[in-house]
Amino acid sequence: MEEISALLGGFAVAITPYNMMLMVVGIVLGVIIGVLPGLGGANGVAILLPLTFSMEPTSAIIMLSSIYWGALFGGAITAILFNIPGEPWSVATTFDGHPMAMRGKADEALVGAFTSSFVGAIFAVILITFLAPMIAKFALRFGPAEFFAVQFLTFASFLGMGRGSPFKTLASMCLGFALASVGLDGVTGTLRLTFGHEELLNGFKFLVAVIGLFGIGEILSSMEEGLSFRGAHAKLKMDAVIRTWRQLPRMTFTFLRSCIVGCWMGITPGGATPASFMGYGLAKRFSKNGRNFGKGELEGVVAPETAAHAAGTSALLPMLTLGIPGSPTAAVLLGGLLIWGLQPGPLMFVEQKEFVWGLIASMYMGNLVGLVLVLTCVPFFAAILRVPFSIIAPVIVVICAIGAYTVNNAMFDVWMMLVFGVMGYLFTKLGYPLPPLVLALVLGDQAESSFRQAMLSSQGDVTVFWSNWLCGGIMTLGLVLAFWPLVQTVLEKWRGGAVATPA
Amino acid sequence: MSHAPEVQEERPLVSTRAADIAVALLFLVASAVVIADSMRLGFNWRPNEGPAPGYFPFYIAVVMALASAVNLARAVALPPEGEATLTTRPGFMRMMAIFIPAVVYVAATTWIGIYVASAIYIAGFMIFFGRFALWKAAGVSLSIAAIAFMMFEVWFLVPLPKGPLEAAIGY
Amino acid sequence: MSVRSLKASALVLGAALGLAAGPAAAAWEPTKAVTFVIPAGTGGGADQMARFIQGVIQKNNLMNKPVVVLNKGGGAGAEGFLEMKASARDPHKIIITLSNLFTTPMGTGAPFNWKDMKPVSMLALDQFVLWTNAEKNYPDAKAYIDAVKAAPDRQFKMGGTGSKQEDQIITAAIERHTDGKKFTYIPYDGGGKVAVQLVGGHVDSSVNNPIEAVAQWRGKQLKPLCIFDSKRSTHTGKITEDMAWSDIPTCTEAGLPVEYQMLRGIFTTSGATDEQVAFYVDLFKKVMATEDWKAFMDKGAFNETTMSGAEFEAWLTEAEKKHRELMQEAGFLAQAQ
Repeated sequence: MEEISALLGGFAVAITPYNMMLMVVGIVLGVIIGVLPGLGGANGVAILLPLTFSMEPTSAIIMLSSIYWGALFGGAITAILFNIPGEPWSVATTFDGHPMAMRGKADEALVGAFTSSFVGAIFAVILITFLAPMIAKFALRFGPAEFFAVQFLTFASFLGMGRGSPFKTLASMCLGFALASVGLDGVTGTLRLTFGHEELLNGFKFLVAVIGLFGIGEILSSMEEGLSFRGAHAKLKMDAVIRTWRQLPRMTFTFLRSCIVGCWMGITPGGATPASFMGYGLAKRFSKNGRNFGKGELEGVVAPETAAHAAGTSALLPMLTLGIPGSPTAAVLLGGLLIWGLQPGPLMFVEQKEFVWGLIASMYMGNLVGLVLVLTCVPFFAAILRVPFSIIAPVIVVICAIGAYTVNNAMFDVWMMLVFGVMGYLFTKLGYPLPPLVLALVLGDQAESSFRQAMLSSQGDVTVFWSNWLCGGIMTLGLVLAFWPLVQTVLEKWRGGAVATPA
Repeated sequence: MSHAPEVQEERPLVSTRAADIAVALLFLVASAVVIADSMRLGFNWRPNEGPAPGYFPFYIAVVMALASAVNLARAVALPPEGEATLTTRPGFMRMMAIFIPAVVYVAATTWIGIYVASAIYIAGFMIFFGRFALWKAAGVSLSIAAIAFMMFEVWFLVPLPKGPLEAAIGY
Repeated sequence: MSVRSLKASALVLGAALGLAAGPAAAAWEPTKAVTFVIPAGTGGGADQMARFIQGVIQKNNLMNKPVVVLNKGGGAGAEGFLEMKASARDPHKIIITLSNLFTTPMGTGAPFNWKDMKPVSMLALDQFVLWTNAEKNYPDAKAYIDAVKAAPDRQFKMGGTGSKQEDQIITAAIERHTDGKKFTYIPYDGGGKVAVQLVGGHVDSSVNNPIEAVAQWRGKQLKPLCIFDSKRSTHTGKITEDMAWSDIPTCTEAGLPVEYQMLRGIFTTSGATDEQVAFYVDLFKKVMATEDWKAFMDKGAFNETTMSGAEFEAWLTEAEKKHRELMQEAGFLAQAQ
């Protein structure tokens, strides 16, 4: 096959001792960046960009994309250990990752998260290797109506997940939507719900809310239950990798499902954060262990991590072939490509063959090197939990404050983080589920704009969502998922009836 | 932890019912605020354009108000006797032990910068609640502040709030 | 010798030394890292340019302190401008502007004005080009406008970045030449996205900046019809097999008399002294003298008009007036004003 020979050529470009060294440096930096919520992958890439001007473009992009892989790996660490999502796409990882850590299984959760990141990323890279041109064309079919359909599907896959009161779930979700609508309305350029306060111009940012709701909320609950950090007494065993890997084969379907969801969301481009929620939601619904999700189930870590990384990786494809970045980090990488005189776009695979295949080869290598690096560090990460609580607790508050501040460089957000913290504590105690709130917050804005863009182009005609097979198909799938519990009971009744009638 | 577990009487402070009622009422207030602003923006379906800017917030807030009304009714209907406890007095005190200093910390950040404030906050918590010796607390908190400073200001060039001390050393 | 005469002779000596070393030695220099505010999100045209400038300054050691880039794009950029207004006394802050310098306060009523900052220099003017999908194969701008005139009202969709900003202003200006037929303007959240939506056929045309759509032009997916400038581009290097930016006719030539360019300029805070402003003017002169900068200008087909000082202020006053008129005509002014 033509691709394989091109890829082998790419490996020849990528695997030089110098490039391998850059890869390791990039990944280590990336992990650090991913761990601290104050530093996003975009920061790291942007800051190192000037340093790479003296390098060959291929070496430079290898180092910069390695930061990206490192940050993808690193986001899970604080999510699992302290319930603070280091990156937006690690929010869903906290749902089961942190309960696992509290049950003394932090090392298994970390190994599970890193391994699934690797699997998701590799799946996406294989897809990029063989199907890039075809997929690029497919992404072009997505207009506002199709975007809304995908966002609707993400939501539908997550609906009806709470065990608690449906009215509390509803209230929590609506609050998320309401918070998402604060600030400038992108479609008409009018200010909503700001009441003349300049601080509110920017709206409530997702990351500020999750740092408060999850990170600060968790600290408050831990304090309430006494001065100890649950899970602190985890015994450190060195066989965590083997122990965890042994459990993974029975999750093959979860892996596969999340890989497909992730690639789909990365290419369309829905983004890594919605992908992680969708992966988690679908796994919860269709896995045999689904009922135990939220209590510390390894599968609940595997599902969102695999999806997030498949999405994060496949998001590089639209960037290379269409020139639209799938994430802020990808946007800065894109800026870097332009400075080196590489023009991402339809001709990139034709004109800069060597560079593109070198990059793809480095994706394989970068993820493999990254996996080895982070797995060797698992005992070290898990050991952080043994630091006395009276040191860890204020340090977590400081890390949260820095993280919240850097989202918009505003002290106002740090205050909001404290408010969200109290909210997170109260909501958890009173049985208001948090996941619908954060999902509404992350998707509300986008879904509303897509819906209204679609309405603008169809002159207010709602049937636009069923105007072609792609959009209509996704919408219908979304409706089926939303009403799945209902469908299930009907199916069971029907089946029961079918058995009963002949008798 | 080294010190003995708390053996104080765990006296209930706030009942779950009371908190439930309070939160449901806050939800209703939030709904009212959103509805009021949406009416200002308009929530109709405009010809050729689709929904107006207030359309989504308006209906979202209406649903939120209805759901909260149900939550409120359910909470009120609960019998006050033998009700579940949201938090106990010692539990609440422990939460305030980290939360009130956190509020002071955030307020202080505006004046003395995040690094100095963080060092004081961490050291204070270690001394008063971890019963660490002063020199240990100072060592840990100062090195954390210094590492954070190097990381953000020097290596990654992410500007965080700074105060007079940082200005004195040229940042 | 009295103390006074000692001082006087020291002054003379100092002045002589200053003269010998040239004016630069006496000038102000930053004493800490300079924050470079971008009133837009990551990945857009302003962000690309600012990060590029950061790279040029560091690569060529043009300043003794580092440049820190800060995105503050909330509220259509209002956040970034308000930050500049609030830190009037900190001369270690500069900002890159786009048209939202004028359109955001007019459209949203956000309380700021370019006079709340101190103008440094105009780096360039960014162009706008009327693009259509190459498959539709409109021969020129006139044919496209005729098609709009012939179709029912709002049949044609124009994609653009943001609402009540430059793209929609140009769209409103085009609509004055379409016999009362309106476009359906669909706002997206980034120029790159608009270009891709145009390739996918979800909108009929766009007014993307050259740099946002150049890749799709080279890939034969998009076709430029005309450029919204008074004269053709000065960039004559071939971009596609047979065309250069200079081969694109102006819209006036093509029978669509609409002109619009977007300021890419630098401002510092209002409290900056003349010396401090002079430092930045000089810094950007050095940036613009580099080879990298020239290549960047070529790729993005920028109009390389630069100015600073009184000339720049006069230009700004004029541009503000023009924007107010355009916004007024299009009905985009905030009610509060």
